[in-house]
Amino acid sequence: MPAPDVSARRGITPANAPAAKAGPAAAQQAAPGRAVEGSRAVAETVARCRPQVVPAYPISPQTHIVEALSALVRQGVLAPCEFVNVESEFGAMSLSIGASAAGARTYTATSSQGLLFMAEALYNAAGLGLPIVLTVANRALGAPINIWNDQSDSLSQRDSGWIQLYARDNQAACDLHPIAFRLAEELSVPVMVCMDGFVLTHAVERIAVPEQEAVDAFLPPYRPQQILDPGVPMSIGAMVGPEAFTEVRFLAHGRMQRALLRMPELAERYAKLVGRPSEGLARGYRLEGARTVFLAMGSVLGTLEDVIDEARADGLAVGAVELTCFRPFPAHRLRTLLAGAEQVVVLERAFSTGAAGIITPELIAALADPPAVPARCSTVVAGLGGRPITKKALRTLVRDAAASRVARFSFLGLDRDLLSRAGYGRASDDAPGSTAERLLARLHAREESR
Amino acid sequence: MYQIRLHGRGGQGVVTAAELIAWAAIADGRYALAFPSFGSERTGAPVEAYCRIDEQPIRSREPVTEPDLVIVLDATLLRQRFVFDGLKPGGTALINTTAPDDAAAATVLTNGSGHTEANGTDVTNTGLTRPAARDAAGMTLCAVRVRTVPATEFARQRTGRPLPNAAMLGAAAAATGIVPLAAVRDAIAARFSGRVAEANAEAAADAFEHIRRAGDRFYEDDARDGAESAAYSTPEVPGARS
Repeated sequence: MPAPDVSARRGITPANAPAAKAGPAAAQQAAPGRAVEGSRAVAETVARCRPQVVPAYPISPQTHIVEALSALVRQGVLAPCEFVNVESEFGAMSLSIGASAAGARTYTATSSQGLLFMAEALYNAAGLGLPIVLTVANRALGAPINIWNDQSDSLSQRDSGWIQLYARDNQAACDLHPIAFRLAEELSVPVMVCMDGFVLTHAVERIAVPEQEAVDAFLPPYRPQQILDPGVPMSIGAMVGPEAFTEVRFLAHGRMQRALLRMPELAERYAKLVGRPSEGLARGYRLEGARTVFLAMGSVLGTLEDVIDEARADGLAVGAVELTCFRPFPAHRLRTLLAGAEQVVVLERAFSTGAAGIITPELIAALADPPAVPARCSTVVAGLGGRPITKKALRTLVRDAAASRVARFSFLGLDRDLLSRAGYGRASDDAPGSTAERLLARLHAREESR
Repeated sequence: MYQIRLHGRGGQGVVTAAELIAWAAIADGRYALAFPSFGSERTGAPVEAYCRIDEQPIRSREPVTEPDLVIVLDATLLRQRFVFDGLKPGGTALINTTAPDDAAAATVLTNGSGHTEANGTDVTNTGLTRPAARDAAGMTLCAVRVRTVPATEFARQRTGRPLPNAAMLGAAAAATGIVPLAAVRDAIAARFSGRVAEANAEAAADAFEHIRRAGDRFYEDDARDGAESAAYSTPEVPGARS
């Protein structure tokens, strides 16, 4: 029996949900794609890029990506392809180097300390000009052991000679992979596709996995520049002394510069094939008349753009720049995008302990090139070790920035109460030794007291 | 945008439940985003998962702090977690318990259904912990719907295992209409196979019926004035079909 509806009286919709739609007609109009986990969608995309060898360390820190790929290989969906379980991430990258040098399209994935364990081999892959594609599920580096998302891992490999592309969402994470393979193989430079761990890798959402036909039309079969073949002996990885080492590095830098031209072209061509907007080097969001611009990489862009929309509606002249390609650093593109900005706030998901931001100094250098772009740059370190970057925190930051109240270097949402409870209120209180356990003890005490 | 937060314990299928809601909503032609709170998952440890549903593509990836629907898969969490923090006025609390709605409502209302957005408390540091000053001036008087369902019992009867997640999805479909029961059934069939899928779909249908048969109420939070919670009857839940 109908009864007085308190919700109507209060102006509340009982189930204030977008109503469930009826029938398939509604679904027809909806965007393409299906409900799928980010890791799974990336695995399916990688499979459509037809890698011939996938070596992977199957234990944490690892993603569902290689798990799904191993299943696709076993089921014969991805063939011909050899999936190799290796004993470590160092083994994974070493085997990748061998496979790539032998002429196979090679792919692997890792995360966090796993990437560090690859580090020595990463430099070799780049120095040898091997077009390996590696997905990094971005996670914090220990100690303290953490496992959650930030971008410390891939940014620690900034100088490894790999191209680094950052995905803003799972659609981009998928779409960047065919581009990564083609870019790598054209330029003989390995590519990391970086996607935020958990926030993207473990999210289930509507994703359009690129069709096999589109990937095949975009990515031709791999034609290796060099093949290790006992029948035709050759050297790869020769020792290079002082007489030519500088020149080798000079040429590597030149290839990176070529990537700055080639990446947007490839992205555009790919976008036409799949019918979705492309991820170029960097992209502006609501930059028209924007005096304050926020620059970021990865999954924070979505939340940030929602907050930018709110701020614009409130009349604040703010915008955002999404940096997709961190290596090579697209200085020219950023200068163009930021030409009209008075200040740039760089949201960094990692930082260089004892210095400051990692992206910001490069941005400052890029803008300082004459004729200088006069924007004032500041670093806000946010979302370390999985701390959520909330709309609420971003709203405050946007308001502060619009009022020029953002310091040159700061931490978003630093818990000063916790610090002072643990005796870190004043620098003179900082007792030597490990800080982590001391903070944890005070954190638990504070929660108990609530 | 409709936002859901799920609370349960490791092993109860909390994350799977969030994913299945997203799956069902996407199959229904909308956009959805489901993700877990990414703890170090251990059996029995508190787990949170989130799901957003919208007609538009969803950009924001922050955890859900102001849910329209809170689903509690394990009622023992009511004693130790502030699971209803930020529940919106007019929102729904759905709890897996054998207790009736009325009894659970009292718990919900004393457990923090306060809407704390305007009180100026900075909770950004602590992410999902309880806002410190929920009774501050910014708190709005709110009415929430409290629904209970013995989901573990339904699961035990149908599947032989005490995993309440599928049943809770059936209950959520009935309590809010956010997804139709048929879509829940399809999502379960897509995720599981054979007898497991069938049995879970049956448990979901049982819970759906249970919620439909019980009366629907709003519980008004007058706790600020020390008054007792008032219960109102409301008509049949809109959108709950199939």
